[in-house]
Amino acid sequence: MKDYRTITKIAGPLIFVEKTDPVMFSEMVNILLPDGSIKRGQVLDTSRDHVVVQIFEGTAGIGINSGVRFLGETLRMPVSRDIIGRILNGSGDPLDGGPPIIPDKKLDINGSAINPYARESPKEFIQTGISTIDGTNTLVRGQKLPIFSGSGLPHNEMALQIARQAKVRGTGEDFAVVFAAMGITHEEAEHFMDDFERTGALKRAVVFLNLADDPAIERLITPRMALTTAEYLAFELDMHVLVIMTDITNYCEALRQIGAAREEVPGRRGYPGYMYTDLATLYERAGKVKGKKGSITQIPILSMPGDDITHPIPDLTAYITEGQIVMSRELHMGGIYPPVNVSASLSRLMNAGIGPKMTREDHKVVSDQLYAAYARGKDLRGIVAIVGKESLSEKDSKFLDFADLFEKRFIQQDTNENRTIEDTLELSWELLNSIPEDELSRIDAKFIQKYHHDHREKPATAGKAPAGK
Amino acid sequence: MNRTGEVYRVAGPVVTATGISPSMSDVVLVGDEQLMGEVIKIVGLQSIIQVYEETAGIKPGEPVAETGKSMMLELGPGLLGSVYDGIQRPLSVLMEKEGTFIRRGATANGLDRNVRWPITVTVKAGDRVKGGDIIAETKEKNVVHRIMVPPGISGTVAQVFPGEKTVEEVIVKLADGTELKPMHKWPVRLPRPVTGRLMPDLPLTTGQRILDTMFPLAKGGTAAIPGGFGTGKTVTQQQLAKWSDADIVVYVGCGERGNEMTEVLTEFPALTDPKTGDALINRTVLIANTSNMPVAAREASVYTGVTIAEYYRDMGYDVSLMADSTSRWAEAMKEISSRLEEMPGEEGYPAYLSSRLSQFYERGGRSKNLNGSEGSISIIGAVSPAGGDFSEPVTQNTLRIVKVFWALDTKLRERRHFPAINWLTSYSLYSKTLEAWYQDNVDPEWTQLRSWAMNILQKEAELLEIAQLVGTDAMPKEQRLTLEMARMVREIFLQQSAFHDVDTFSSMKRQFALLNCIKMYSDAASEALARNVSLHEIASLPIRTELTRAKFEKDMDNQLASIALRIRPEMEKLKEVSV
Ligand SMILES: Nc1ncnc2c1ncn2[C@@H]1O[C@H](COP(=O)(O)OP(=O)(O)OP(=O)(O)O)[C@@H](O)[C@H]1O
Ligand SMILES: [Mg+2]
Repeated sequence: MKDYRTITKIAGPLIFVEKTDPVMFSEMVNILLPDGSIKRGQVLDTSRDHVVVQIFEGTAGIGINSGVRFLGETLRMPVSRDIIGRILNGSGDPLDGGPPIIPDKKLDINGSAINPYARESPKEFIQTGISTIDGTNTLVRGQKLPIFSGSGLPHNEMALQIARQAKVRGTGEDFAVVFAAMGITHEEAEHFMDDFERTGALKRAVVFLNLADDPAIERLITPRMALTTAEYLAFELDMHVLVIMTDITNYCEALRQIGAAREEVPGRRGYPGYMYTDLATLYERAGKVKGKKGSITQIPILSMPGDDITHPIPDLTAYITEGQIVMSRELHMGGIYPPVNVSASLSRLMNAGIGPKMTREDHKVVSDQLYAAYARGKDLRGIVAIVGKESLSEKDSKFLDFADLFEKRFIQQDTNENRTIEDTLELSWELLNSIPEDELSRIDAKFIQKYHHDHREKPATAGKAPAGK
Repeated sequence: MNRTGEVYRVAGPVVTATGISPSMSDVVLVGDEQLMGEVIKIVGLQSIIQVYEETAGIKPGEPVAETGKSMMLELGPGLLGSVYDGIQRPLSVLMEKEGTFIRRGATANGLDRNVRWPITVTVKAGDRVKGGDIIAETKEKNVVHRIMVPPGISGTVAQVFPGEKTVEEVIVKLADGTELKPMHKWPVRLPRPVTGRLMPDLPLTTGQRILDTMFPLAKGGTAAIPGGFGTGKTVTQQQLAKWSDADIVVYVGCGERGNEMTEVLTEFPALTDPKTGDALINRTVLIANTSNMPVAAREASVYTGVTIAEYYRDMGYDVSLMADSTSRWAEAMKEISSRLEEMPGEEGYPAYLSSRLSQFYERGGRSKNLNGSEGSISIIGAVSPAGGDFSEPVTQNTLRIVKVFWALDTKLRERRHFPAINWLTSYSLYSKTLEAWYQDNVDPEWTQLRSWAMNILQKEAELLEIAQLVGTDAMPKEQRLTLEMARMVREIFLQQSAFHDVDTFSSMKRQFALLNCIKMYSDAASEALARNVSLHEIASLPIRTELTRAKFEKDMDNQLASIALRIRPEMEKLKEVSV
């Protein structure tokens, strides 16, 4: 293989090379530094005239005389069953002192699009034990459901709680966890690793760590390594894989940096115009497919710059993912964990995973009713702030109180509290009991008869009338 | 002559080639794997090509071959029930060939070459035929598929060949030797010609109360549904695909989620068309070019969809076309334009954004076809504005073209008011034209009832502003009653769950009966209030709960009839408050 010494320009994370033999688009590149070390990169633009290469580890130390070697292949990642339990860096090299991965296969980290015809609709209910997810924003196997957070909010706690408690009821199957860290601090990473170790999750996890002081451009490949691993585990080894990726915001910053270095026409707030498509090539790698047992469920975590949900990073994410769990600083300040802003959160696949045989027949309507009543209570808070509680009608005060109860009892739970879906639904009926029955407009009469506390208690006190009379 | 040149440059989906001299929009085959691409710009000796597949691994010097043709679709029996990517490759065939993932360079014909269709030829030797004329029929699923002379061809029939034919076998031969087959090809970017345009004056009923009653769409009309993420664009589009009274539905999933396509594929075979009783999938063509599939094919997908829609329109059918989402289509244009280093227009979109959008919506409409039949294409485009802000270019340019605006609202969706269509900002420019139809076919009182509902909702908005300042308790009882009655209109009539077995579809008669009951309640309530009955009692009459829940009951029609009879007597039973 030839070493070229024809670098003509170095700008930010990019180098420009001339007079090469034909180079492939997306080809991998090694840069040989004077001190003998090697940096890696990938071709972004190739032509007869010049080749543009993005350098993952940053261009510091590269000079006009550095050697450039084109490797003749696109970026592939070695995978094998032995990858489970390993800790790797953001480029997939071992960090745990263990041996290199002996590949069973080498896979293109960009993957290929799943044929929509080959997909199977995700519908298996995952019980996370968290009411704000199970009850009102249900997660199903094969879904991509991000957590939208902000600095200082307990998104990591929540992600860990999900990873610990998540299970599909009635099956003994375990999750494998693939964890991709992009630009998070040592302390945050430590937090994850400790928890994984303590709960034994590490034995069935694959960890990719690109930390805050690791090269920024490497973050562009870290999630792709993680997802390639996940696809291998799910679709070749039949495992159910939970992928946690954090922090997507750092990923997007790297994307922006490349765009700026290429002097591209920037899109909204300086992020590249292709960011939607780029993020889709990550998130759409979740799912279930026909004829394969395994599945990939994704929980990406991102911090919303300035807590702004209309910022392009959360905005484009939510346009691709199947809902979002939004954290609220206000609830967090109010001492509520997990501080989930239920109104702004959504699980689009919820309807497929709940109902008779899956959770319970009344799940959907109960959840709709909780939302509606909570929204009404929250509106009234606004009015009360101006005109005082006295000016509310009796009925309105009940909704106002409901909103408080909902936050303190339904949303609030302990980091180790694992509620079954029945617990969550029972709790819901208990809370709904505090508003007038004729206001439960979302709930069919038959469910009111069956589950409403006022009705349900009657047969019990009447001495258990035999069913089906 | 079709030349072969070579790749000069590769940058993402855009490839520059030298050594060929194609025309604009010609298809070329790029690289050793012969990936399909389209010429989008010619600069001197360089041809710039958008490639419909992933370009990783291609290098300068690889061959680029001309085909001398622009991108063509295969039109003929076999489209219904199919799922295609943006360039008409059937995804079911790709899965058989390649498995779970779409591998690059896979090829597959748009129409199956092996199926034999029972063809009845409807012309005879000696007949003069011209472009658009129907020459034969076959049964495609349960739809009569009319085979037409391709536009631009004419002559005298010399021979006919009825019987079981594949799409490539000759069924009619013209005197000049032209052979006509069940299939013909048509360039995607070229609108199929019609004889003339007709006024869209029939409604496209959808079974969705807020749409049909408040903001109706006409057959052959155009509508936009803009809304931030998760506000209900896809659910609404799918509801329209399921329940609108079109003959044929073309559903374009343009740059959206894979699972949503799967949902359509798993649900539609099990659902029946309210009009024909046949499985819904049998009247549907699905184009699925999801967000992670190549952007150039995404750009093409919208044209593929509308061309197929035109083809069925030409047979005399009412077609509805859903494009979810036109914003992703616009972004595909933006991505490609920026690779071409074109001067960007507003917010980085190419300057031709607005003309592309209007050209697309212009392909909708109700028309007199070349063969004398009448058909229509109704286009419903979802728009996904960045940050949910409607002032961005795609929403704004779309609103200048379409006649119906269904504005989705994040606030409504946060309180789970679905469909989250804002009744104050949405509009339909067809309402006036369609009034006559509603009065003749639903009820003579239709127009009054609708105005009453619109009115009370508008009044509510004004009163709520006051309530914010003084609290409801300080307001006169008449105003508080108005608020209660508007709440009934919202919660009972406007809210409609797409996921409830019964509520998902509401016939026009039911829509009328339901709204009428609410108005009866409101009228009786006003009278009771005037008699000095307490507002609390008026608002919480048990029959209100019954009315609220009636829409979920299978037996709704009888229930509503019975409720209608009981409202007034029950209200009259209420006693005045003694002062
Ligand atoms: N008519 C409806 N009835 C019941 N639920 C609805 C209705 N419309 C929307 N929803 C709820 O809202 C969710 C989001 O709707 P949908 O997927 O259509 O949003 P969208 O506007 O297409 O979002 P995106 O732009 O991100 O694709 C659905 O999953 C469903 O829970
Ligand atoms: Mg959608």
